[in-house]
Amino acid sequence: MSGPFLISLLTFTPLLGGLVLLTLKREEQKLARIFAIIFSLIPAIGVLALWSKFSNGEAGLQFSERHPWIPSLGIEYFVGIDGLGLLMMLLTTIVVPFALFSTSKEIANPKIHFALYLFLQTGLYGTFTALNFFHWFIFWELSLVPAFFLIKLWGGPERTRAAYQFFVYTLLGSVAMLLAFLAIFSATGVFDFIQLADAARSGALAAAVENKLTLGSFSAEQILFILFLGVLLGFAVKVPLFPFHTWLPATYAEAPSSVSMTLTGVMSKMGVYGFLRILLPIFPEQMRAALTPLLWLAVATIVFSAYAAYAQKDLKRIIAYSSINHLGYCLLGLFAVMKSTEGDLLSEKAAALNGVILQMFNHGITASALFCFVGILEKRSGGIRGLNDFGGLRKVAPVFCGLMGISIFSSLGLPGLNGFVGEFLIFKGVFSLASWAAAISTLGLLITAIFLLTILQKVFSGPVNQKWAGLSDLTKTERLTVAPAIALMFLFGIFPQFLIGIINPTVVAMLQRLNF
Amino acid sequence: MNFNYAEIVKLILPETIVVITALAALLFDLAMMRGKTVHQRSSRLAALAGLGSVLAILCIWLTPSYGNLLNGMLVVDPLTQFVKQILLGLTIFTGIISIQTKFTPHVGEYFALLLLATVGMMFLVSSENLLMIFVALELISLSLYVMVAFKKESIQSAEAALKYFLFGGMSAAFTLFGLSLIYGLSGEIKLSAIAATIVGQGPDPLFLLALVMTLIGFGFKIAAAPFHLWAPDAYQGAPTPTASFIAAGSKVASFFILAKIVWIGFNGAGGSGAWHGFGSGWIPILATMATLSMVLGNLAAISQTSVKRLLAYSAIAHGGYALIAVITNHREAVSSLLYYVVTYAITVLGAFAVVTVVEHNTKGDKLSDFAGLSRRSPVLAGCMMIFMLSLAGIPPLAGFFGKFYVFADALRYGAKDLGLLWLVILAIGTSAISLYYYLQVLKQIYVAPSVDGGLKIDTAFPVQAAIVVLAGAVLLLGCLPNLLVGKLLAVLQRTGM
Amino acid sequence: MLAWTIYISFIGAAAMTLLPGSRPQMARVTALLAALGGLAIALLGILQHTPGGEISTITKLDWIPTLGITLHFAADGISLVLVLLTGIAAVCGILFSWNIEDRAKEFFAFYLALIGGVYGVFLSFDLFLLFVFYEIAIIPKYFLIAIWGSTNREYGAMKLALYSFIGSAMVLVGLIATYVVAGAHTFDLLELAKFPFPKTFQHWAFPLVFVGFAILAGLWPFHTWAPTGHVAAPTAASMLLAGVVMKLGAYGALRVAMTLFPLGLDAWRNVIAALAVIGIIYGALVALVQKDFKFVIGYSSVSHMGFVLLGMMTLSQIGLSGAVLQMFSHGIIAGLLFAVVGRMVYERAHTRELAALEGMHLSKVMPFAAVTFVIACVASMGLPGFSGFVAELQVIVGAWKTFPALAIVAGIGIVIGAAYTLRALMKSFFGDATGISSTSYDFKNENADALEHIPAITFPEKLGATILIVTTFVIGIYPQLLLNLIMPSFNSPLMQPLWKGGQP
Repeated sequence: MSGPFLISLLTFTPLLGGLVLLTLKREEQKLARIFAIIFSLIPAIGVLALWSKFSNGEAGLQFSERHPWIPSLGIEYFVGIDGLGLLMMLLTTIVVPFALFSTSKEIANPKIHFALYLFLQTGLYGTFTALNFFHWFIFWELSLVPAFFLIKLWGGPERTRAAYQFFVYTLLGSVAMLLAFLAIFSATGVFDFIQLADAARSGALAAAVENKLTLGSFSAEQILFILFLGVLLGFAVKVPLFPFHTWLPATYAEAPSSVSMTLTGVMSKMGVYGFLRILLPIFPEQMRAALTPLLWLAVATIVFSAYAAYAQKDLKRIIAYSSINHLGYCLLGLFAVMKSTEGDLLSEKAAALNGVILQMFNHGITASALFCFVGILEKRSGGIRGLNDFGGLRKVAPVFCGLMGISIFSSLGLPGLNGFVGEFLIFKGVFSLASWAAAISTLGLLITAIFLLTILQKVFSGPVNQKWAGLSDLTKTERLTVAPAIALMFLFGIFPQFLIGIINPTVVAMLQRLNF
Repeated sequence: MNFNYAEIVKLILPETIVVITALAALLFDLAMMRGKTVHQRSSRLAALAGLGSVLAILCIWLTPSYGNLLNGMLVVDPLTQFVKQILLGLTIFTGIISIQTKFTPHVGEYFALLLLATVGMMFLVSSENLLMIFVALELISLSLYVMVAFKKESIQSAEAALKYFLFGGMSAAFTLFGLSLIYGLSGEIKLSAIAATIVGQGPDPLFLLALVMTLIGFGFKIAAAPFHLWAPDAYQGAPTPTASFIAAGSKVASFFILAKIVWIGFNGAGGSGAWHGFGSGWIPILATMATLSMVLGNLAAISQTSVKRLLAYSAIAHGGYALIAVITNHREAVSSLLYYVVTYAITVLGAFAVVTVVEHNTKGDKLSDFAGLSRRSPVLAGCMMIFMLSLAGIPPLAGFFGKFYVFADALRYGAKDLGLLWLVILAIGTSAISLYYYLQVLKQIYVAPSVDGGLKIDTAFPVQAAIVVLAGAVLLLGCLPNLLVGKLLAVLQRTGM
Repeated sequence: MLAWTIYISFIGAAAMTLLPGSRPQMARVTALLAALGGLAIALLGILQHTPGGEISTITKLDWIPTLGITLHFAADGISLVLVLLTGIAAVCGILFSWNIEDRAKEFFAFYLALIGGVYGVFLSFDLFLLFVFYEIAIIPKYFLIAIWGSTNREYGAMKLALYSFIGSAMVLVGLIATYVVAGAHTFDLLELAKFPFPKTFQHWAFPLVFVGFAILAGLWPFHTWAPTGHVAAPTAASMLLAGVVMKLGAYGALRVAMTLFPLGLDAWRNVIAALAVIGIIYGALVALVQKDFKFVIGYSSVSHMGFVLLGMMTLSQIGLSGAVLQMFSHGIIAGLLFAVVGRMVYERAHTRELAALEGMHLSKVMPFAAVTFVIACVASMGLPGFSGFVAELQVIVGAWKTFPALAIVAGIGIVIGAAYTLRALMKSFFGDATGISSTSYDFKNENADALEHIPAITFPEKLGATILIVTTFVIGIYPQLLLNLIMPSFNSPLMQPLWKGGQP
């Protein structure tokens, strides 16, 4: 299982699996879940193989494949991964099977549900490995479709609205990004991310825009900035960055928990990944020009979403807002790194950027675990998941509360758990790069702590709500489902260097390229 | 002047054959068909008329003899002979269509008049002399007045005949007035001589009056607006075969002679119809008539419910298109004019034939009487579709190429720098409107549920065969227009034009 | 060889008249054979087309020597792509009209006549011939809609026929004038294109001919025939209307107006590009508020054709190849949408009101139709992976160079497009009227079995849908298949004036 086709192979395995599922007969639908889990795990072998063959010291792309595809448009099939890509693939490989395991066996129409899920997985792999805009965009957009149907068909009471909003918002961002990329293509004739980044660094991109594009009376720099805003919008909606986040809470709340797990665990990372892989390298100057407002927006994302989470009464919405909050840290670190500094603050920048990537990974695991727990709770309570509807669950379901508590602490950033490392590194870097932003953002940290602890207090502690006295604790299967996630929280909390080793060369190379 | 009678006899042999046939028809009906049904009589007489016409055609074809006698009174050249053949052909088909109806017991007289009208037309086309033209015109008109009135039990027929007669009389008066003025001004009755005398004369008000009078007279004849008022009533009231003959044969002959008069007789007095450069003469007059005909004809046709009336208005509109060919005023336009009127005559004859059959079955010619025809007689419906679409100018039917040819020639030869473009745009624009009412007919035929419980339509075989042949001709001449155009050009070349 | 696509269609139409009226099955099979024959010839023609070859002449015979009119059939990459589209659409249309019992042979006779006309337009390189086929295509449309249509059929049919005819009248005026002005005694496109027409002439002839053709392509504000016509038409006819007939207009505008009158094009291109974009936005916005399912699709066609026209106005190779690809793509996708709406849904549910469909839970009753429609919607929205994406992508790339502001507006059109498509999708198949709770979602929900008696989706429908889906998918993933045909045709001398921005 090595060779140049490894990435393609593991990308398309889930797609194949999904198609196989669709051929199942109605009576065989029970098998769908097992099949889906198997198919979603097969790529794990591939990802592990990639990991084992991945040379940690190397900063460039590895395992790249390149085939001519649509020569008349300069489109190639071009995939490859660096440390960032590998980590994201790893995350996908962890979260998707985790979500599938946690999906109820009684779900209606399992074969369609699981097939869609597997399609989604392919979309995620593709997004994290593609290096040519054309097919990157295919995966980016097509992951929307299964997600849309997973929400629309299996979601909560308000699912129709939520799914519609989710789709149209995301598409709006994507189209803005598409337009921007088409403009760039129109000027340069290149869709390749790497080449575009090189062109941006050498100034060829600006020159091409100057020569080939006109837009009203705008100058080339202004046009480039407008294009930057287009791409930014695409990613900002996906992450989301305040004020483009309004679609998210409803979507996460209405989606079935197992779907929310992937939405927050992996799909939200697509946005951050886009920032790192595409926006930063291609538009470094514009990014710098817009740095101050962007930092403010990141801070606003962090603080406002924390406040919003604090005000929510629905557990799912709380976690949804907390997701926005956590991704806000990623954006904060990411923007801060772009700051031009007097002295050589390379190590701070490296710390921040490492933190961003770690945060992406760790938040993926933690947030999906949290949604998983809420899903478990919801299943037992028959759809009730209000913050004030429970109480004293610790006595009724101690294992559940213990494990969920670990996840909450991870989310809160308790040292020793995975959530801590990323946030720590981000703040370490940001404090020296943009101290005021970091200072205000700590407010977000504080509120996060408050609302997360509120969950502990209102749901787990206090007098037992008699209504739920008969609530059963985690079953064996459920324990097995969540165990790996919990184990990973500890593992990566205690040994973050596993991950840092993968990403650090990438981060350093990226910084070197950015600081030309 | 010396001429020999033998030559006259030789040159008018075809006309003579037709006259003899007409008399034979009278005699035959009187002497040999007592006690036979009307249908039997009309079938046999149609056969007789057809036979006579075929003989005349063969005569023209086999013994080509040409000459110009009596100061242009009798001009026999390949072109006139060709037109005569076509007129005879139209007469044959009119005769066949007449089999289907039983509008009169006086079958012999009807066929005799039909043939006499044909003779009138034949003389008309081969004349370049004002006097002869007028006489021939009157011969046609008188025959047609009676033919229109033939449906004696029908008050409409009588009314139509009276209207036709009154308008016709008036038109004859106008024509006569115009022609006599011309004679007075030029002292000549031969067309080419008239042209020779008026060329170089300045704009003479009297000559203009003569011009206007003549053209008004012919305007009535070809039913061009604003002199079209008789046409809808006459078409509707007349027995359908008569109407078809007015629309087909009479039209061919009238346009041919009109073109001859204005092109030869008024040569040099045309003026100009170009958009930015109107010059007084007969062209602006005809252009006005063409414009009014196209607009009025097409707009009025939209609201008709009687198919015959609709065809009458459509005939007015088509008169307008054909006038464009006359306005072109160039010898190259002869072939486009003839192609246009001939294919129009074939098409409209076919359309009237279908109307005849339907009228015979449903006792009416309302649009609703055609409802569901496609299920009652697919063949008739298919043929009617071809006729209607050809009239609308849909390719690949003859009507399309006819229009195309006329318009292309008008732009090419009509005036410099696309001067007639305004007329062509108007023509094409109004023909786009015309599709609406032709489709109304086809909608009844194909879309509406059938009347009379969908009984099969009763058609006499010869009539149906004639209709199919006409439809085939429309299709064939549309797909391969060169069959006729090539022939026309060859004829024109032999004529020396 | 390719000309046989035309002949075989007309032969098929003629053969219909000889068949007994009582045997609809025979008519269907005959029609299908004729259409398959056409498709096979089209494919064969594409294979024989030398790669990189520009315009390959098929037949060139004198037709009406008096006027210098020839029977000139030829093909370049653009025509081949559209011929292929016609072949596919024809076959699928017949598959989706397999259930026609009433006057079946007449139906297929008109249908094949229409197809024959369409093939003819795409293959004619003599303007007279092209015009003849262009008009031939009008009449069958009228009857197909007026006889076998639904909702307001006679009105829709008449409107369509008159709009087409008025458009073709404009074209006819332009053609005759062109012929006369060139004075070259020929209608051959390749010959006429060499003639430098005077600037003033081009300034009025170009809009006349272009708009004349573009009426049929749904150019705003002359598009109003399209929604009513599409809605009134029977399924197969609306598939052809949206799928192929609208392309006739765009093709004519490209092939005739743009190549002959580059100076006129130069003067008018901004206006037309603006109209195209207005069409994109207007069509999408109106589609967003329609109550009738089919009207949504009808207006979406107007919107999508706007991309074709915009692409043509970019006058760049990439924009133009996008326009041609969009013609193909929209042909396939619109066909699929109409097939689902007209045949699968309407003929079973007997309503197209979105509000009524919302309560029917059609996705449970006919899952195949639901899946097909989902794919069609995804493709129609222009999501990547389907043909529409590649096409719109190229159009916008081209537009960026010339009309950057319009490119942005067109992008907004894509978003609205997604919104109305999604709205129609959710209301039609995935209606939530009864509000089932999250876990009870079930394709076999007992509450929704009111429509259980609905006949199953038949085999021909499945086959037709599959062909269309596979086509849009294959082209979406590997557009090079068609681009290989389209791109070389841009090198032909015919297209050269376009690249110079209209300068001769």
